[in-house]
Amino acid sequence: MTPRLQKPRHKSPVERTQQLPLLPSGRSRTAQGLTAAAARGEFALQVCRQCHTVQYPPRDVCSDCPSIDLVWQLVDDRGTLIAATDIAISNEVYFRERAPWRTGIVTMDCGPAVLAHLHRECRPECRVKLTLKLDRLGQGVMVALPIEDTVNMADDPLLREHSCDPKFRRMLITDGDSPVAQALAAKALQAGAELVLVGVANNWRPSAAREALGTMEGVELVPLDVTDYRSVEDLADQIGARVDILVNTAEYVRPGGSSHGRDMQRIRESMDVNYFGLARLAQCFGPAMRGRAADRANSACAWVNLLSVYALANLAPFGTFSESKAAAYSLSHALRGEMQSHGIRVINIFPGPIDDEWHQTLPAPKVAPSAVASAIIKALQDGVEDVYVGDIARDLFARWRDDPKALEREGAM
Amino acid sequence: MTDSLSLFAADILSGRIQIIDLTQTLSPDFPTIVLPPEMGQCAPFRQEEISRYDSRGPAWYWNNFTCGEHTGTHFDAPCHWVSGRDLPNNAVDTIDVANFIAPAIVLDCSAETAADDDFLLTVEFMQAWEARYGRIPSGCWVLMRTDWSKRDPVAYANLRTDGAHNPGPTPEAVKWLVEERDIKGFGTETIGTDAGQAAHFTPPYPAHFYMHGKGRYGLQCLTKLDLLPPTGTLIVSAPLKIRNGSGSPLRVLALVSGAHTKP
Repeated sequence: MTPRLQKPRHKSPVERTQQLPLLPSGRSRTAQGLTAAAARGEFALQVCRQCHTVQYPPRDVCSDCPSIDLVWQLVDDRGTLIAATDIAISNEVYFRERAPWRTGIVTMDCGPAVLAHLHRECRPECRVKLTLKLDRLGQGVMVALPIEDTVNMADDPLLREHSCDPKFRRMLITDGDSPVAQALAAKALQAGAELVLVGVANNWRPSAAREALGTMEGVELVPLDVTDYRSVEDLADQIGARVDILVNTAEYVRPGGSSHGRDMQRIRESMDVNYFGLARLAQCFGPAMRGRAADRANSACAWVNLLSVYALANLAPFGTFSESKAAAYSLSHALRGEMQSHGIRVINIFPGPIDDEWHQTLPAPKVAPSAVASAIIKALQDGVEDVYVGDIARDLFARWRDDPKALEREGAM
Repeated sequence: MTDSLSLFAADILSGRIQIIDLTQTLSPDFPTIVLPPEMGQCAPFRQEEISRYDSRGPAWYWNNFTCGEHTGTHFDAPCHWVSGRDLPNNAVDTIDVANFIAPAIVLDCSAETAADDDFLLTVEFMQAWEARYGRIPSGCWVLMRTDWSKRDPVAYANLRTDGAHNPGPTPEAVKWLVEERDIKGFGTETIGTDAGQAAHFTPPYPAHFYMHGKGRYGLQCLTKLDLLPPTGTLIVSAPLKIRNGSGSPLRVLALVSGAHTKP
């Protein structure tokens, strides 16, 4: 049984904040396949199309036959731990600071033997489950877990390091009027979040959602309007150093495309919220969060963007919305580059149409706001980077991976 | 030094004429008019730094700002409303500038609006005012004092499930002011010249419909009307010269004789 994580003590305001040391990096393009699978929370390795040998570590030529026809596919993640060791001293500052670091060799049921980071409950000669996790710098690594879930398993320092678990952390939800906000705040608190800060814009406008959030224990309303730089800056100045997880739920959803006549207001406002809003948040909250990525067990750890699967392929009836989400999607890549080297994970949530007032006329299936909220919490706990929420989103993503051009012609329907 | 302009300048310098700023500060927090979300919306005020004595411009501070023509304390031109669309010189850039300096009378409705958010200004109310202060002169601004500007933003917008609740004139009152008193325009402290529930009037939004239909002007989101005397105020209210603009944020100044002002 993993000892239960204790709530970290309050840090003295005059104490230095630890910084995240660099991790070993430098992966071949082929090895990035591990990262890609880890980012989606999948367990995929290369498999030879000729002789079906499962490959590890990633390579360009089959380890068993001369074929170069290797494809990434989901494989059996089970194996047996044949040797384990606690590394007491490492040349790498990151591991030295976190010693003893437990590693071991696992022979996989599907063939290869892998060197993996070990959960502390993995014992030699026991069965284990291998996972691909993203390390603090966003690179895919092998992590072995007990074959069955155990009590307080997620409190193991190794998993804590490779996830963005909300437990004991403080979350900022940028827009309380988002249909997702209320469910997200409740689920974050259930998951052990210490505090949920919820941004409210245009305080002079009545809002039932805001009133409901205001009565929730553990929720604090804060003024925030992502369309107003000053508002974002003011809040970041005040509480930027308290935000461990930022979830940008602010979005502007309207039907209509770009060549629909005389409607630049809608186009501009779409970009103002969905793209510039994210840019303003990145400008103001990015630096504060980067500085706290190694700030003890409840460090800053994650930045979550509520995007849309239509960021990948434009849905004509919501053309402008899709365009602005595509812009935000591109921004998220730059932001990820800036944040992950400091240890902050940028997580993109790609739902299909959400069951809200602006998708009223769209037929089912639509994603319930609470399902989006659950997906966000799970992404944080699992430490993944990209989540496609709902049947439509998963189907569209599969078609996009298969052939983006075909999807474009299909009109993302 | 005996011509009227010299006397005027001397009175300004000496403080015998006081200048009162009737303008709300342009800021992102100030409410704007709310329309159904599927309609076009007036942009709120936004300000972004270009530089502030830093790497973007080492010795100077300046901002870009954005807003709508009807954001904050603003002027409504006749072309703002469909009833004024075909009038000559109906936009802020073509209105004769002589209209931008004009006398004003103030109707104190503050007691009535304190008791009733939906107070409506009637012809009878104004006839009673005239019985006390004299006939409303033609060519003057009529300013409706409600003390609405003293409210916090929530009470100022005063939005409920059935929309905004704030005072304004009845259709008959606006028609009377335009046709029987030939006024220059109508000014309010509230977010618009019309009552919050004026969408249900006949015609809807009568202050806009009748005023602008007859080439008259509007001023809204005014403040400090409680510092003005019932008569004897001169208003300076020149909108920005926006090509074919339907209105504009502006600085509204009230000139009053020192003897008349309250502390």
